[in-house]
Amino acid sequence: MLLSTRPNLQACDDFYEALIATHQGLETAQSHALNARLVLLLANHIGHQGTLLHALELARTSAGFAPAVAELAERGAVTPVAPVHAAA
Amino acid sequence: MPNTAIPLEALRGSGADIQAIQIPYVRHPDQDVAEPVQHPVVIVGAGPVGLSLAIDLAQRGQPVVVLDNDCKLSTGSRAICFSKRTLEIWDRLGVGQPMVDKGVSWNLGKVFAQDQSLYQFDLLPEDGHERPAFINLQQYYVEAYLVERALQLPLIDLRWHSKVTALTPRADGASVTVETPDGDYRIEAQWVLACDGSRSPLRGLLGQESHGRIFRDRFLIADVKMHADFPTERWFWFDPPFHPGQSVLLHRQPDDVWRVDFQLGWDADPEEEKRPENIVPRIRALLGKDADFELEWASVYTFACLRMDRFVHGRVVFAGDSAHGVSPFGARGANSGVQDAENLAWKLDRVLRAQADEALIDTYGAEREYAADENIRNSTRATDFITPKSEISRLFRDAALALAREHEFARRIVNSGRLSVPATLHYSPLNTPDGEVFDGTQLPGAVLSDAPMRRPGDAATIWLLRALGSDFTLLHFGPTPAWAIELAGVTNLSIASEGEAHAAHADLLDVQGLAAKRLDARAGTSYLLRPDQHVCARWRRPDEAGVRAALQRACSATASAV
Ligand SMILES: Cc1cc2nc3c(=O)[nH]c(=O)nc-3n(C[C@H](O)[C@H](O)[C@H](O)COP(=O)(O)OP(=O)(O)OC[C@H]3O[C@@H](n4cnc5c(N)ncnc54)[C@H](O)[C@@H]3O)c2cc1C
Repeated sequence: MLLSTRPNLQACDDFYEALIATHQGLETAQSHALNARLVLLLANHIGHQGTLLHALELARTSAGFAPAVAELAERGAVTPVAPVHAAA
Repeated sequence: MPNTAIPLEALRGSGADIQAIQIPYVRHPDQDVAEPVQHPVVIVGAGPVGLSLAIDLAQRGQPVVVLDNDCKLSTGSRAICFSKRTLEIWDRLGVGQPMVDKGVSWNLGKVFAQDQSLYQFDLLPEDGHERPAFINLQQYYVEAYLVERALQLPLIDLRWHSKVTALTPRADGASVTVETPDGDYRIEAQWVLACDGSRSPLRGLLGQESHGRIFRDRFLIADVKMHADFPTERWFWFDPPFHPGQSVLLHRQPDDVWRVDFQLGWDADPEEEKRPENIVPRIRALLGKDADFELEWASVYTFACLRMDRFVHGRVVFAGDSAHGVSPFGARGANSGVQDAENLAWKLDRVLRAQADEALIDTYGAEREYAADENIRNSTRATDFITPKSEISRLFRDAALALAREHEFARRIVNSGRLSVPATLHYSPLNTPDGEVFDGTQLPGAVLSDAPMRRPGDAATIWLLRALGSDFTLLHFGPTPAWAIELAGVTNLSIASEGEAHAAHADLLDVQGLAAKRLDARAGTSYLLRPDQHVCARWRRPDEAGVRAALQRACSATASAV
């Protein structure tokens, strides 16, 4: 499943305002720390590997950079069917 | 006999006794002949990998010569964490029990960030396995028990003070020059197994190299003797108050020895950091200023993840650290090397008996190169998480740590080392792909999970892995089909659950139903296991032709089929 880029936000202006407001009063470094948490939280919610890799790729190319994650995407998952004691 | 020069009592002694062993030089009859003596297998290196390989081959009836340049076992601080899979392999080699008896068994790990505990994890969260997720045991004990076992096997010819200095490979073997205190001699080998460690002189003699990454960081590894009441768990700190900005790892070993591993950063001066007056304050900061301890050993390391492009070079085959190296976060070095040894042993045995084509050795290369890549990937990821290489990776690392305090999902992201598990050989040419639908983890390429069993009429527990044959094994969930009894080199094990109709005639009773559950087995299901206990095929209803084809494939596929 690729990342959907069709309009999907329930209230896009409200969300955007809330996103900016969430950063209110923060230094740039603090905003970066907040954004990193946001990325991890949303990524976990999406969960699906193909979708996430597609999002990484889109973000990078939209910013005008050559793809970097190609190599990552090509590698298989590490012991995806792991014995139970791998559950760390 | 050359072997009797080793002081046997000392091998079962304390750590100090073991590290003090100096094996005297014994001149070998091979040194007194005009023409070099021919040997089927010469193993270079008596580390954990070379010794495990020698024992496995000898137990399969193959004579082996083991050459080691040294006269001592491992000294000082090296490997301590040995995994469940390694113990299972060593059980097959007859050395698992002394390792477990002496070692410190553990399953739990705790992760701390700054002054808080973040979470804990259990590496073996279910019952029904004979062995724990890990034992901690100093490498010198491991080598001592392996040497002791090797000395019990007359087919092993262990030669110390024997340094390989030249190697001339040929299509049908290699000529090996051995340097001894008495001068040089040559022997001829059909196969040379290079288990000569990370610096591998043999790799150099063949003009081969390892490639990969060296990490720009330094770690101080200290073994400390003390009485402490920390639990037997793996404790890992990110950025603790007693060592700000860096990581620390604490592990318990036998004999009241504790391993403390301090990340130092790239700028640290290794010579300065090795001085006791600089080490002791670091340990005191962790243990408290009144702590009473003695420094046993300390060293400063940088780590690398490297591997040879190919492990098989004609009749010279590389295994263990000579073939691949990983950073220690995850305890994958020796553990994966022992898995190399077990993969190679049964294949080489078949080839030497002319029961398989030499191409089977190429599948050792394909399978273990795949496993090495997986280990290196895990090890690199852990090292990158612990030592972020850019501002942005530090930012995400810290975000993951901060989220992990409250959110379980982020604990999965935190990577203080993904601890060694056997690779599932997904793409092995030796696997027969499933024709039917199965659930669970025991797919072709996976190592069989252990489970408690008993024999009909006997209450004692017998573990499934211990019941397997030394060659191929067919596990039948139901009676053994008549045609299966005819299969050469195959041990049939008929498994029943308690109370089932054929229970009285079964070989094994699945007392808790765990084998059936873990293998997603129903009445009539069969699993074919390789001699190294990896699943290579399974059926809901096997037939003779299908099983014969799978057996054939598991012994004869060529690497080009990968
Ligand atoms: C600090 C530290 C911590 C570690 N922790 C762990 C851990 O917890 N778990 C884990 O699994 N691994 C760990 N490792 C890795 C582990 O120690 C190695 O992976 C393991 O020793 C490799 O075994 P080996 O038999 O391949 O090589 P080695 O143990 O290096 O043995 C090679 C042998 O070859 C001999 N030799 C070399 N050259 C010649 C020659 N020319 N002729 C004859 N003989 C020769 C050497 O004397 C030596 O005996 C750790 C390593 C370090 C340094």
